[in-house]
Amino acid sequence: MYQWILPTRYILKRRITLLAIAAVALCVFIVVVVMTVMNGLVEEFRGKNHRFIGDCVVSTESLVGFAYADEFLAQLDRQEYIEGASPVVRGFGLMTQPGAEWNMGVEIWGLNLRRHVEATDFAQTLFYGKPNPTEAFVPSYNPSLPGCIIGIDMMPGRRHQDGTYSHPPQAPQYEMIVSGFPLTPKGGLARAGTDLVNTLHVYFSDDSHSGLVKIDGRVVYLPYATAQELFGMAGTVPRTNAVHIRFRSTVGLEEGCRQVRDLWSEFALSCKGREYANLLEEVRVQSWIENRRGAIAPMEKEQTMMIFLFLMLGVITVFIIFVVFYMIISHKSKDIGVLRCLGVSSAGVLAMVLIFASLVGIIGGGIGIAGGWAFLAKVNVIEDWLYQTRGWQVWNRSVYAIGEIPNQVHASVLAVIGISTLVACWLGALIPALQAARKQPVETLRVGML
Amino acid sequence: MSVILTTTGVTKSYRMGPNILEVLRGVDFAVEAGDFVAMVGASGSGKSTFLHILGALDNPDKGDVVFEGQNIARLGRGRLNEYRNRSVGFVFQFYHLLDELDVVENTVLPAMVTSGVLGWPARRGPARQRAIELLRRFGLGERLRHKPYQLSGGERQRVSIARALMNRPTLLLADEPTGNLDSKTGNDILNVLEGLNREGQTILLVTHDDRIARRAHRIVRLADGRMVADRMQ
Repeated sequence: MYQWILPTRYILKRRITLLAIAAVALCVFIVVVVMTVMNGLVEEFRGKNHRFIGDCVVSTESLVGFAYADEFLAQLDRQEYIEGASPVVRGFGLMTQPGAEWNMGVEIWGLNLRRHVEATDFAQTLFYGKPNPTEAFVPSYNPSLPGCIIGIDMMPGRRHQDGTYSHPPQAPQYEMIVSGFPLTPKGGLARAGTDLVNTLHVYFSDDSHSGLVKIDGRVVYLPYATAQELFGMAGTVPRTNAVHIRFRSTVGLEEGCRQVRDLWSEFALSCKGREYANLLEEVRVQSWIENRRGAIAPMEKEQTMMIFLFLMLGVITVFIIFVVFYMIISHKSKDIGVLRCLGVSSAGVLAMVLIFASLVGIIGGGIGIAGGWAFLAKVNVIEDWLYQTRGWQVWNRSVYAIGEIPNQVHASVLAVIGISTLVACWLGALIPALQAARKQPVETLRVGML
Repeated sequence: MSVILTTTGVTKSYRMGPNILEVLRGVDFAVEAGDFVAMVGASGSGKSTFLHILGALDNPDKGDVVFEGQNIARLGRGRLNEYRNRSVGFVFQFYHLLDELDVVENTVLPAMVTSGVLGWPARRGPARQRAIELLRRFGLGERLRHKPYQLSGGERQRVSIARALMNRPTLLLADEPTGNLDSKTGNDILNVLEGLNREGQTILLVTHDDRIARRAHRIVRLADGRMVADRMQ
């Protein structure tokens, strides 16, 4: 019982143990806050990517695209595990306005909205067309005009400092000129020797806010058939660049992707010998995670680096615990000698010091977790207050695509932090504990021995 | 009376830089149950070292220490801890009470060690009762909740004696128990020890003061690491 009573008293009576508790609490507080924000950022970013492209993407890197997508879509539509599948044309072009002296490079996506809203959450990114997304390419001010949807960050002045966007009550009438480079199935320019490009006049019908900076800042969406024409993909053997797929909720990602891969392999095999069948060889079937790895991986790497940095912070905590326990053990060597004289074993002394370390870890960790939790609960309020009263904006919404600081504390993260705190305290206290356990009673009590 | 402890040819030396200091040079000694023995000698005569060896706080270089038929130099660590906890009780010159514990908690400490974490709840009541009885007997009934730093030197030493007696040890080892006290308080402590001895407690007391030694029944004198005299009073 002394193993519990003495550490409890040391915590209450020795101010230096409060220092150890404070160090642990501070470290845990910082880790809880940073890990929660970082995890939230990564999770939200992953979620946005997932919602934007669906569960699985059948695509080719080549701008030429691949043929027979309609036949493959028909096969997909017959599969029980498929919720929706949507063909997408992707290409690059230029955008300008009539009379303007500027133009900008854009990415152009051709969408079949009826299919695309079933395969992805694209409908949720729209503003004017959200209630009726399949009509989003129809300009409300003149339904007879050819419409286009543009990424919200391509519209200057829409984004406010606080991360919100302003929209006029009705879609404004903007005319835009979009130019694309049509390619032959062999990859050559379709109109070589003439004026090379296809040019369209389109009218703003809606904007899309996916929350993905690189998408919202450079993608223009056109009707699928229009985009096919623009890039020379219509014709006798129409081509497409990708098929986005959503699985039914009961189907796992890996399982669904495996089935689509099998289906694609069979389909590609069945097309052998047909015209442009060689284009099918470049097609890959990827889960959304694989498809968006290029966008997600840097953020995950950043998260890994943060974890590594906080491991180093943990090392500092271990060192602080070591120093504090070393001082306590040195100061309390007489007590340890007395305990050994009273029959306490080395293991008993070791257990006592480790229980002491555990109490420091539990109290410090508890304070840190509670403090971190409380801070995170109010972090957005605090941040807003700082911005409104002092003009300080810690979380610049014009830089981050996420409007609010992520503050959802996950029990699993807290559990990992709690266990790590205990382990750090044990590690820090281990050497002093072993030193205490090895002390011989006579070493500490020898007074006038000779 | 039966012999409870014997030593045969106990030697102990320490390395002091290039020199080896022989502290004990073959001490043969025996204590009978109920004895009150005073071991006297000048500073450096080896009496405290000898007491530490008897209490298994230190090991002899050579020789045997046999307590109730068991050679304690050959006991394993667990049995040695048990020996320190149950067979002997220590009283130190500087009391060595734990500052964070109150008087009762300091006194019950040996019982806590004996019972362990799981056994303590069952033993806590009787142990506290014995501790309080001992403390009241030594005139500390009003000081039960006090911390060591709130007590006088004599009171601390009486708590130290109560703690040493907590587990009813066969042998009480006292190392200069009055060495840090004024003469009146020291006399009170000796009265306590005499009273315990009258009740049958075997006591071995180490002192450099002949006047204190004369309170014992038997005086053993150490000089230069050897026992040079052993006489009954």
